[in-house]
Amino acid sequence: MADLHTLRRKTVNLVMLTITGFCTLFAAGTLVFILSYLFVHGASSLTWDFFTKLPTPVGEAGGGMANAIVGSAKLLLLASLVGVPIGFLGGVYLAEYGGTTFSFVVRYVTDLLNGVPSIVIGIFAYTIIVLSQKHFSTLAGGLGLGVMMIPIAVRSTEEFLRAVPNSLREGAMALGASKSRAVLSVVIPAAKNGIMTGVMLNLARVAGETAPLLFTSFGNRYWSPGWEQPTSALPVMIFTYAISPYEDWHKQAWSAGFVLLTLVLTVNIIARAVLARTKHVAR
Amino acid sequence: MTKQMMTQAALIAALATGVASAQQILINAAGATFPYPMYSKWFDQYHKKFPNLQFNYQSIGSGGGIKQVTEGTVDFGASDGPMNDIQIKDFRAKHGYGILHFPTVMGADVPVYNVAGVNTDLNFTADALAGIFLGKITKWNDPELTKANPGAKLPAADIIVVHRSDGSGTTYIWTDYLSKVNKEWESKVGRGTSVNWPVGLGGKGNEGVAGQVQQTPNSIGYVELIYAVQNKMKTGKVRNMAGVYLAASLAGVTAAAASSKEMPEDFRVSITNAPGKDAYPISSFTWLLIPEKIADPTKKKAIRDFLTWMLADGQNMTEALAYARLPMTVVAKEMKAIAKVQ
Amino acid sequence: MAASSTTVTSAGPVRPARSYWERLRGGDEIAYLITFIAAAAILLITALLVYELYINSSVARSKFGWDFLVTSTWDPVNDQFGALPFIYGTLVSSALALLIGIPLGVGAAIFLAELAPPRVSDALTFLIELLAAVPSVIYGLLGIFVLIPILRQVEPALRSVLGWTPFFSGPFYGVSLFSAGVVLAVMIIPFIISISREVILAVPGDQREAALALGATRWETTWDVVVPYAKKGIMGSIFLALARSLGETMAVTMVIGNDPKIKASLFAPGYSIAAVIANEFTEATGQLYTSALIELGLVLFALTIVINGVARLLVMGADKYKA
Repeated sequence: MADLHTLRRKTVNLVMLTITGFCTLFAAGTLVFILSYLFVHGASSLTWDFFTKLPTPVGEAGGGMANAIVGSAKLLLLASLVGVPIGFLGGVYLAEYGGTTFSFVVRYVTDLLNGVPSIVIGIFAYTIIVLSQKHFSTLAGGLGLGVMMIPIAVRSTEEFLRAVPNSLREGAMALGASKSRAVLSVVIPAAKNGIMTGVMLNLARVAGETAPLLFTSFGNRYWSPGWEQPTSALPVMIFTYAISPYEDWHKQAWSAGFVLLTLVLTVNIIARAVLARTKHVAR
Repeated sequence: MTKQMMTQAALIAALATGVASAQQILINAAGATFPYPMYSKWFDQYHKKFPNLQFNYQSIGSGGGIKQVTEGTVDFGASDGPMNDIQIKDFRAKHGYGILHFPTVMGADVPVYNVAGVNTDLNFTADALAGIFLGKITKWNDPELTKANPGAKLPAADIIVVHRSDGSGTTYIWTDYLSKVNKEWESKVGRGTSVNWPVGLGGKGNEGVAGQVQQTPNSIGYVELIYAVQNKMKTGKVRNMAGVYLAASLAGVTAAAASSKEMPEDFRVSITNAPGKDAYPISSFTWLLIPEKIADPTKKKAIRDFLTWMLADGQNMTEALAYARLPMTVVAKEMKAIAKVQ
Repeated sequence: MAASSTTVTSAGPVRPARSYWERLRGGDEIAYLITFIAAAAILLITALLVYELYINSSVARSKFGWDFLVTSTWDPVNDQFGALPFIYGTLVSSALALLIGIPLGVGAAIFLAELAPPRVSDALTFLIELLAAVPSVIYGLLGIFVLIPILRQVEPALRSVLGWTPFFSGPFYGVSLFSAGVVLAVMIIPFIISISREVILAVPGDQREAALALGATRWETTWDVVVPYAKKGIMGSIFLALARSLGETMAVTMVIGNDPKIKASLFAPGYSIAAVIANEFTEATGQLYTSALIELGLVLFALTIVINGVARLLVMGADKYKA
C-alpha cells in the first residue's frame, strides 16, 4: 500500500509539473504569437510611403503616417524633458537624503501617482493645459506623458542609487569630498548604467500610451510645427485606424503596430541586456 | 529613388524642427463623422489650391464638434444635429457672441446589416426599425420583418444592434426620424446626439459602427450613406411617409429637402420623414458651426474664403461621394450669411 | 609612565562645523535644495491632480451625491448620470481577468521559480517580461482582429458547457465583457508571473531543503511549503495586477462593446470607467456631462489607490522574509 501511495504522489508531481509547464508555455507562447502575427501582417504592408507620406483623404488608398512618427518623437522628447529631471532628482533626494517623514510621504505619493490610470492623467492635462490655452497641443500631450514618467524615474533612480554600496560613498567622503560631490562624482556614475536603462525603459513604456493623448495632442492630418498645435501620434493612429471599416486603414494600423512594437521591444531587450551585464560586473 | 528618399527625409527633418514654410496657417476643426469623407476631400483639395492653408479636421463626432467649438479649443465645429437652444445659449454665455450654422451638404442615414444568406436589399418599415432599436424585435425572422420581405430567407438568429458610442449627429438624425415615426421611441428614448440606448453595442464614429457591423454576424447598424458605399455593405430600403420603400440616393435626399418647409434664417431645420413619394425619409443637412467672431484676421479670411469656395466649387464635388448638393436657394442664402462672420 | 590626562574626550583637534556659507559653496546646500524641490514638485503635481479632479467633478457631485455610485442610468439626453454600469463593467472584466490569469500566472511562476532548470527559467522569464512592455493599443488591435474571431469559434463550446448559467446566456456579440476579460487576462499574466516568481525565489532555501529531506516530492515541497511561505507576496502581485487591469483603457475600449448596461451574461457588451471616459470625454456637451465623466475618473482613481494600497501592504509584508 505504501508503494501505491508513493506512486500517487509521484504521479501528482509529474502531472503538476506538466500543468505548470503548460501555463508557462502559454504565457511565453503568447508573446511569440503576438510578435509573429504583427510581423506577418505589419511587416508585409510596410512601405516606404508609410514612413514618408501624410494621410490621404478618407476612403482613398495610399498615404502614410510620417506625421504620426514625428509627432510621437516630439511628444517623447517633451515628456523626457519633464519627467526625467524631476524623476531623477527626486530619486536622488530619496536615496541620499531619505529617512525622514518627508521622504516617506514623497515615496508614498510617488507610488500613488504611479497607480493613476493613464486616462485620468489625460483628464488632468486637459483641464490644466488644454482648457487654459484654449487649444489642443503637443505641449499638453508631452506634459501629460511626462507626468506619467515621473514615478518610474523616481523609483528606478532610487533603486539603483541605493544599490551602490555605502563603501563608495564613505570612501569619497573620507577623501574629503562633500556629500554632494560624493554623490555627483562617485555614486551617480556608479549607478549610471541602471539609471540610463531605467530612462530608456520608461520612454519605451510611455511611447505606447494612447489614452492621455486622446484629449491633449488630439490629432492632426498634417505636420505639426512647433509645440502649440495638435499633433498626430502613432498609438492614436493605430486606435483610429483599427476601429474603422477601411481595409487600407487596417493595413496601416498593422504596420504602425509593428513599428511601435519593434521599437518598444528593441529598447526593452537592449536595456535588460545592459542591466544583466551590470549586475554581473558589480559582484 | 534614393535621391527622392533623401529629399523626403530632409523635408521631414525640416518640418519636424518647426521650420515651417512661410506663413503656414493651421486651422483646427472638429466634429461630425457623417460628412467626414466629404470634408477631408474638400480640405485636401483646398490645401492643394492654397498650400499655405491647412484645415486640420478631426472626426470625433458631432457631440465633440459642439463641445470643442464651445470650449474654444477648435476654430470651428461641425455637426449633423443642429445645436439646440440651450447649447447656443451656453456658447453665447461663454464667448459673448453667438454661433452660426452653415449647411454644407445633405446626406442620408442608412440601415446597414450583415446577415448570412441575405444578399438582397431588405425592406424596413418605420415600426420595424423602431422595434429593433427598442429591443422589442429580437430575431431576424420576426413577422414585422418577414412581412415586408416575403422573398428573403431571414434566419431565426438574434439581431445584434450596433449604435454609436460617441456623441453623434448621425445618431441625432436617426433618433430624430424614429421619434417622428414612433410614439414609443419618442417617449422612451427621444432624440439627441447621445441617447440612452435600450439595446446594442457601441461603435466609435461612423467608422466604428461600419467596422462593427462588418465584423459581427447578424448585426444591424446605421451609418451615413458613403460609409456603406465605400465598404460595400448591404443597405436596407426604408418606407417613407408615402408608403414607398426607398433606398437612399441623391435623388431621394434632394427630394426630401425640396419638400420641407421654408429654410429658417439660422439654417437649423430637420428634413427627416419628409412627405412625398420620392423623399428618402432619413435625410439631413449637416452644418459647420462657425463662431460669429473670429479674432485672428488671417484665420477669419481663410474661413470665409473657404465657405465661399465650398458653396461654389465645393458643391461640384459632392455627388462623387454620394452626398447631395445644397439647393440653390439655400446656397444663395448662405452666401449672404457669410458676411455675418466678423 | 605617568598617567596621561584622563580627559580623552576627543581624538584630536576638532574642526568647527562648516558654516552655512561654506556648505553652500561646497555645493551641498544647492544639491539638497534642487533635489528637495524636485521631490516637493512631485507632491505638488499629485496634489494638483487630485484637486483638479475634485473641483471639476463638483457639479456632478453636488447634483447626484452618493447616489451616483449606485444609479445605473447613463442618459445624456435627460442629464441623468450614474456610475454603476461602469463600475460593474470594470469590476467584472477585471474579475474575469483574474479568474483566468491567477491560475495561469501563479502556475507559470511556480514552474519558473521551482520546477524548471535555471537556464530555461531565465530565458522564458525574459520572454514573458517582454509581454509586459507591449502597449495596450496593440493588445486592442490584436483583440479586434485575432481574439474576437477566435472567441467566436470557441463560443459554441462554452455555451454548451456553461450555457445553463446566466453568465453565458444570450447572443454572443463578439465585443463583450468576456472578450475584455480575456484580453485583460493576457495583459496581467506577465505581472503576476514576474512578481510571484521573485517572491517564490526569495523563500529561504532551508525551507525547501528541510521538506525535501523529509522525503517530499518537488511538487509537494513547492505547494505545501514554499508557496504558503510566499503567499502574501503572491497575493500582493495579484492585487497589483488587479489595480493595473482596473485602469486599462485602450485594449478594453476596443473590445468591450461600449454599452452602459448591467447584464448578467458575459457575452453581452459592457462598458468600463476608463473606456467611457476615452469615448465620451471630447464630446461631453454641457457642464454636468463633463463633470460626471470627471467624477467617474475620481471614482477610478479612488479604486486604484485602495487596491494599490492593499497590494503594497501585502508585498511589503512578504519583503520581510527576504534573506
